[in-house]
Amino acid sequence: MGISRRRFLKVAGLSAIMAVGGKAGFELLRPGQVEASLPLTKGKRWAMVIDMRKVTDEIIQKCKEACHKAHNVPEFGNPKVELKWIWEEEFEHAFPDQEHEYVADGIKDKGFPLLCNHCSNPPCCRVCPTGATWQREDGIVMMDWHRCIGCRFCMAGCPYGSRSFNWGDPGKAPKELNPDFPTNPDFPTRTLGVVEKCTFCNERLAKGQLPICVEEANKIEKDSFIFGDLADPDSNVRKALRKHFAIRRKPELGTSPNVYYIIG
Amino acid sequence: MYDGGKIIVGLIIGIGLLLSPFFYNAGKAVKAPEPELTPKAKEAKVCVAPTPYMRNNHMHLLDDWRQTVVRNGERYYKASTGKMYYKSLQVTCLDCHSNKSKFCDQCHNYIGMDPYCWDCHIVPKENK
Repeated sequence: MGISRRRFLKVAGLSAIMAVGGKAGFELLRPGQVEASLPLTKGKRWAMVIDMRKVTDEIIQKCKEACHKAHNVPEFGNPKVELKWIWEEEFEHAFPDQEHEYVADGIKDKGFPLLCNHCSNPPCCRVCPTGATWQREDGIVMMDWHRCIGCRFCMAGCPYGSRSFNWGDPGKAPKELNPDFPTNPDFPTRTLGVVEKCTFCNERLAKGQLPICVEEANKIEKDSFIFGDLADPDSNVRKALRKHFAIRRKPELGTSPNVYYIIG
Repeated sequence: MYDGGKIIVGLIIGIGLLLSPFFYNAGKAVKAPEPELTPKAKEAKVCVAPTPYMRNNHMHLLDDWRQTVVRNGERYYKASTGKMYYKSLQVTCLDCHSNKSKFCDQCHNYIGMDPYCWDCHIVPKENK
């Protein structure tokens, strides 16, 4: 006796559902697939080395001002809705894994300039559902604000707090704190519901200029901020790292951050 | 049908009201606005592409620009004339066409188009 038409259709339908669903589930969970879809860094890896022996609060403040001015980042005067591309933090917050009771005097209360680390293995890019943030071939973790839907997965994914969310229209930031906003007519602003962060000044790099914080810091203290290509063994950053001991923020997380801090 | 007369009269009035704008505007077409050129744009004579192309396809060109600049980091555009342009709405387009209200908005309003470029991209101040 053969199989009835009704039973055949039932079995065929069920197996089709299982096949499709199972395949999707497998693909979703298959490890390494996300990494494989990211473009590989082709011999270029932009990095920054910050010499903490030379950096002062004044330098950090000047860098922050210049950066936020150049990228139209408004000041809200409220840490809850704060937008920051580069900011200052104490040692214990910048390096919570290195902190202990007896941190050296000159380090304990020193302000550290923090910014996006442009990780070689960026968790923010893994979690972005729209591809609005991704790693360029030169290592820069770039953002496409046209595509950002404001889900803030990247903010949850970033262990460095490098990303800020536009809780309101940046154009509506308090006028008394931002008298001449937007400050740079050559750069766009962002809009409500978009995440933003440091982009290593890729628009300046394209013109052959250094990131604005590097330029600004070096005006005050030469070589306090060093920017270069880690892939090139003769680059200024590689030379600085060969010569001095430097630490990175939370390297144990495996994100492979590309901002180095020379300590003492 | 109960109250047939009232219903039919009501329907006629209702449909009449609904169609009244069409009767009101029948026969007179609103003229399409002509984009106004600034002296700087007039002087330049050529845009990054021929005018008829720009008129029909500026949105595709801008979309292509934003895609290639942001995603691929290709920041320069070679026009068919061989001239290189920096691909930027704010820096290049609005430099000549600094009169957004007369150059962009007029037509966009006419066809009921509301592009969200200006949510982020800064519009130059216009002297009115």
